Amino acid sequence: MNENGIGASVRRKEDQRFLIGKGNYTDDINVAGQTHAVFVRSPHAHAEIKGIDCSDALAAPGVVAVLTGDDLAADGIGPLICGVTVTSDDGEPHRAPAHPALAQGKVNYVGDHVAIVIAETRAQARDAAELVDVDYNVLPAVVDTSSAADSGQPQIHEVAPDNVCYNWPFGDKDGVEAAFAGAHKVSKLDLVNNRMVTNPMEPRAALGEYNPGTDEITLHLTTQNPHVHRLVLSAFNQLAPEHKLRVVGPDVGGGFGAKIFVYAEELVVGWACRKIKRPVKWNGDRSEAFLADAHGRDHVSTAEMAMDENGKFLAMRVQTQANLGAYLSTFSTMVPSYLYAFLLAGQYSTPLIYSEVKAVFTNTAPVDACRGAGRPEATYLVERLVDICAADMGLDPAEIRRRNFIPVDAFPYQTPVVQCYDSGDYPAALDKAMELADYSGFSARAEEAKSRGKLRGIGLSSYVEACGIAPSAAVGQLGAGVGLWESAQVRFNPTGNVQVFTGTHSHGQGHETTFAQLVCDQLGVPIENIEVIHGDTAKTQFGMGTYGSRSLAVGGVAIARACDKLIAKGKKIAAHALEAAEGDIEFADGNFSVAGTDKAMNIAEVAFTAYVPHSYPEGVEPGFDENAFFDPTNFSFPAGTHICEVEVDPDTGVVEVVKYSAVDDFGKLINPMIVEGQVHGGIAHGVGQALLEGCSYDSEGQLITASYMDYAMPRADNLPCFDIDYAPTNPPDNPLGVKGCGEAGAIGAPPAVINAISNALGVRHIDMPATPETVWRAAQQAAAVSS
Amino acid sequence: MYEFNYRKVASVAAATEAMQQAEDGKFMAGGQTMLPTMKHRLASPSDLIDLGGVAELTGISVENENLIVGAMTTHAAVAASAEVQQAIPALARLAGNIGDPAVRNRGTLGGSIANHDPAADYPAAVIALGATVQTSKRAISAEEFFTGMFETALEDDEIVTSVSFPLPEAAAYMKFENPASRYAIVGVFVAKTGGEVRVGVTGATACAHRGLRLEAALGGELDAGGIDAVELPVEQMNSDIHASAEYRAHLVKVMTKRAVEACQ
Repeated sequence: MNENGIGASVRRKEDQRFLIGKGNYTDDINVAGQTHAVFVRSPHAHAEIKGIDCSDALAAPGVVAVLTGDDLAADGIGPLICGVTVTSDDGEPHRAPAHPALAQGKVNYVGDHVAIVIAETRAQARDAAELVDVDYNVLPAVVDTSSAADSGQPQIHEVAPDNVCYNWPFGDKDGVEAAFAGAHKVSKLDLVNNRMVTNPMEPRAALGEYNPGTDEITLHLTTQNPHVHRLVLSAFNQLAPEHKLRVVGPDVGGGFGAKIFVYAEELVVGWACRKIKRPVKWNGDRSEAFLADAHGRDHVSTAEMAMDENGKFLAMRVQTQANLGAYLSTFSTMVPSYLYAFLLAGQYSTPLIYSEVKAVFTNTAPVDACRGAGRPEATYLVERLVDICAADMGLDPAEIRRRNFIPVDAFPYQTPVVQCYDSGDYPAALDKAMELADYSGFSARAEEAKSRGKLRGIGLSSYVEACGIAPSAAVGQLGAGVGLWESAQVRFNPTGNVQVFTGTHSHGQGHETTFAQLVCDQLGVPIENIEVIHGDTAKTQFGMGTYGSRSLAVGGVAIARACDKLIAKGKKIAAHALEAAEGDIEFADGNFSVAGTDKAMNIAEVAFTAYVPHSYPEGVEPGFDENAFFDPTNFSFPAGTHICEVEVDPDTGVVEVVKYSAVDDFGKLINPMIVEGQVHGGIAHGVGQALLEGCSYDSEGQLITASYMDYAMPRADNLPCFDIDYAPTNPPDNPLGVKGCGEAGAIGAPPAVINAISNALGVRHIDMPATPETVWRAAQQAAAVSS
Repeated sequence: MYEFNYRKVASVAAATEAMQQAEDGKFMAGGQTMLPTMKHRLASPSDLIDLGGVAELTGISVENENLIVGAMTTHAAVAASAEVQQAIPALARLAGNIGDPAVRNRGTLGGSIANHDPAADYPAAVIALGATVQTSKRAISAEEFFTGMFETALEDDEIVTSVSFPLPEAAAYMKFENPASRYAIVGVFVAKTGGEVRVGVTGATACAHRGLRLEAALGGELDAGGIDAVELPVEQMNSDIHASAEYRAHLVKVMTKRAVEACQ
């Protein structure tokens, strides 16, 4: 094995600059003549704007401009778009209300954008923003997910009667009903998937510069996908033609989905810098992140499973109401539909599945993808329901899973809900996880805990997810406005070092190391001679960016394909130089050699020859620089079993996660250390959702959890040391044999935690977040029932 | 943050004078509440009088069976102090668990009690230990010092200079933390001093207070057997998204029992 190649835990190349404070984030960038922007935001969840008086703000010290929705409309900029169409049950596309980047006559959530105030300093802009006098006529607000579509609720958008964006039935309704009618037993569960604030460490920011000499706008953004931003801002928001707009995503401090989307602030900053002919910087603060970053999850569901007398799943039926917030964020419509209902088979061979999703508008922040996006909601529902089924059938939770797992020899496995799983060995992961967790020793540990007055519980979660998004043809059929291939360019410089340009974007994932390892492994170039470049539309070829655990599974393959092209070209060059037939040239460990001889030439020499082609094969182009685009033929389906063990203090309701074991199938690991880090972060995110994170609005639509004083993020002392292992399979659809790993923990963990708490308390269900008071009340009720 | 005048003073007398001259002045100790409040534009004093340079306000000593802690002594200094660890180890532990390291290295005893956040830790200790708050003008008993939510007996130009804690025979603090802010949802400090057992409660209600019903149930003994039967006034308890009044009332009893057990 190449010591820095595939499978090596190479220390992250990018960490040098982060650890010495030399990261280069959007707010670190300052340019001559820069102004500072502050947004005037709605303090009301739902209100008409009767008038905006900017005169005092314009007269305030240092103010350069105050711009409103009228200015934006006059220039024909916007509105913001949602890029995925979902067809509602009436055959019409989902209801898509206008989404102006600055409010035009109405605001629809607390934090909605009303005006931009631009001044010489940030403090001046803030002072002046308070002087913008907005005359609001406050309207009653719709906040609650489950009742948003009830009759009598205020209507938020004219185009969406009853606040419904779409009703989306999916699956064989008649078949499912027949199976339920003939079932031995039906298990049922009502559950809520709690709303989350995504909370990347770096708040969003934008810096816009306009060059009147070239008529070009440069936008530095906190983005996970610079080209997608450029495309949407150009093609749909009329900001500037694509070739006159440069989008740079420099170092970005975490995304978790929240930085995929094209936000109002980004469009407005880009437009304003041209309008005032000066650079404009907006640096969002944490309060703005809570109010106006896209939130995640927020489902209310009923799930039912029909079983035969052996606990075999016959059919599943799901009703979900999903909150999309006040407007449709960029990819919002697909999250509770395609990314959710297509995963409802889980790891099981349930033959019939029917779901109805009603997506609703409320006067809350827009909801869109957040780490896992739809798959955590599906997994939580399936894995909670399976535990209920086990209880109703009197089976061990592991046993009912085993009885219903898709058999190992059934892969590739076509589920009844579109997806065709690539590879999997679900019993292997379960077995390994049970061993890691010492499942059989649990009852002794529970007894010991009881002697200390603690209730100990254990919970399983056998998840599967679909990532590595996505085959362009498949998403096109589903209504996506883009293809989801990925691109790469691998360029040798004449001196033999390599620059790898990827269309993905790294904002914590460690691509600069993982992708360098791929190239190091394939081309035999020392890893220190490889640089990975991403995030700048002026440097890299068009790429689709990073989300849905796609960077390695899709972008990594594009890099490998570009390397293949270099090797093929190198063989021609080497054959000429070594005076051999091209067919006799072999490539290994960075050397082109003539088979059966000791004649060889290093790839660096080949590169040099390609740039100094004094003696060169006929018909071969000079240069050693190849690009490739890879469009996957299938999604990637990571899977695994996570086992959580908790101790509950019945006197206070405090839950301690005392043991957490995870066995995942991510296919081949390129950098096991980085993968382990992703698993750790994902589990922390999932435990956070299960125990701590509950985004909460009051009945008037004011965000109660608007700071870290009230919104609880998981911290180190909320988590145990994790026991992690792998049960890899080889996905036949992926040329590198890899699967995505970035979201798995956040998908697998929540049901494992809640299953463990339910087990500890001996209750049927407890909703997330399982806060101390929630758990204490459940413990009180359980004790009352048993006594 | 709005504009304000920053005044750095070197003595209590200078601080008092600066306050008297200010239109709407505020004393700042560690600034761990004051500065975030100002940054959020929720407070806008005309003058911020920084007590950080007043040397006479810092220091820890034991005199006449009393632990005396200067008002500007940081939580970190109290937590790390050998004198405090020996004299009232429960107080050192309390200080060592306030906020986070940044807060502990800036925040002070005087700042904490003068601010009187109803979820702060120190007020429970000051009350249960029967401490005396020494100010620039007078000595105030613990029970008279805390008067309401974010309110104390201090006058506008009055500065806490030190707190004097009588040394207890046994003491313990039990805190039930808000999972987000890590402030006390409920904090109970139990101390046995001179044959009397006192209970200081923070977080539960609008104002840190003596748990007189709990003390009655203890009857001067470190025996928590009677605590379960105590009926606390649920209607006086705070209620928020993290803990209802009923749950808080329950937690006061649980934390009291645990503090009593920890005293033994």
